Amino acid sequence: MAHDHDHHHHDHDHGTILSDVELRVRALESVLVEKGYVDPAALDLLIETYETKVGPHNGAHVVARAWSDPAYRDWLLKDATAAIQSLGYIGRQGEHMVAVENTPTLHNMVVCTLCSCYPWPVLGLPPVWYKSAPYRSRAVMDPRGVLQDFGVTLPDGKQIKVWDSTAEVRYLVLPERPAGTEGWSEERLATLVTRDSMIGTGIARVPA
Amino acid sequence: MNGGADMGGMQGFGPVRHEGENEPKFHAAWEKRVLAMTLAVGATGQWNIDMSRSARESLPPPQYFAKSYYEIWLSGLEKLMIERGMISAEEVEAGRVLAPPKKLPRILTAEAVPAVLAKGGPTERPGDQPARFKTGDRVRARNMHPTGHTRLPRYVRGHVGTIELLHGVHVFPDSNAKGQGEQPQWLYTVRFEGRELWGSDADPTLSVSVDAWDSYLEPVV
Repeated sequence: MAHDHDHHHHDHDHGTILSDVELRVRALESVLVEKGYVDPAALDLLIETYETKVGPHNGAHVVARAWSDPAYRDWLLKDATAAIQSLGYIGRQGEHMVAVENTPTLHNMVVCTLCSCYPWPVLGLPPVWYKSAPYRSRAVMDPRGVLQDFGVTLPDGKQIKVWDSTAEVRYLVLPERPAGTEGWSEERLATLVTRDSMIGTGIARVPA
Repeated sequence: MNGGADMGGMQGFGPVRHEGENEPKFHAAWEKRVLAMTLAVGATGQWNIDMSRSARESLPPPQYFAKSYYEIWLSGLEKLMIERGMISAEEVEAGRVLAPPKKLPRILTAEAVPAVLAKGGPTERPGDQPARFKTGDRVRARNMHPTGHTRLPRYVRGHVGTIELLHGVHVFPDSNAKGQGEQPQWLYTVRFEGRELWGSDADPTLSVSVDAWDSYLEPVV
């Protein structure tokens, strides 16, 4: 699969030349609107939701809560769907959640080799690389090599566990809490939680 | 189907090209429209999520590999609507309406968007049949090559793993994608050792877990 950004060479920002795919999408939308199949206001609201409301900051909230509150961590690992819902993150592509915890001896990484399954309510829409052939093909076979592409090197003996999301269960990695964060507030801890650390292609930021 | 989408274990695609934590959510304005149209038309109830995945994943492999992800979604959306008589191939090519619309029982209004997204599409179903396997049981992923939709990736077929999690009874995508009903089955997570999947040269610290429906699995005695 090609990367998205290889496909719009034309300078559409200046409003003069539209690519074939842009023209096709515009035409399709006008047909669907004219036929009454879609409400343009609903389309705008869907986009606004996933552009501005839903994103990895939601997951960072979950992780920071789990780091701060041992009872919440236990609940998250036992019944992630309920624990995540309790913070208000619910719905499409997060209906059945499982949280998996990184430890000093175990690193978890999540992939969807078959398509692009991803926990939308906590992480938002998947990044392009998550849906790309290099990641989907290699994560299950050579996850250490994939991690190198992200600049992450795991200790040799660390177990690595890859979760291939082949059903409607969605996985969230609970990264290791960085050292030197004792006594930090939940809000401050959340600033250390990256999207990649919750997919398992990264680790949490280390405080400066 | 052993199609282009089933990529686990393929080689030669090169390194993962990530754009960092602040990657833009969309790389072109049309991608947003494709996402929104796919969700909005999907909410009219003319197909289910398995039909929608199947429409994308049954693209011939050369097309699947050549297209960007939202181009794959666009192609899937066009195909699903054409198959159901909502639009014609001629309308897609002409980019204008040539025939009256199909009557739909509902469309997604802006007012309904938050509730529809919050509800999602849970796939767990009530079921009173006992699970065939329990945690720790050894199972073999069936060596099967259905021509239709399936969620058992090729790279685990024929291999032996261990039942790790039980998820309850869930809609079976292989039948649901074909309009043959939900036929819910027990869903498990099965863990495979890296060396079982990839041979003795594989990373000894690796294991891979997949979610697998009951009929994908056979007991190992």
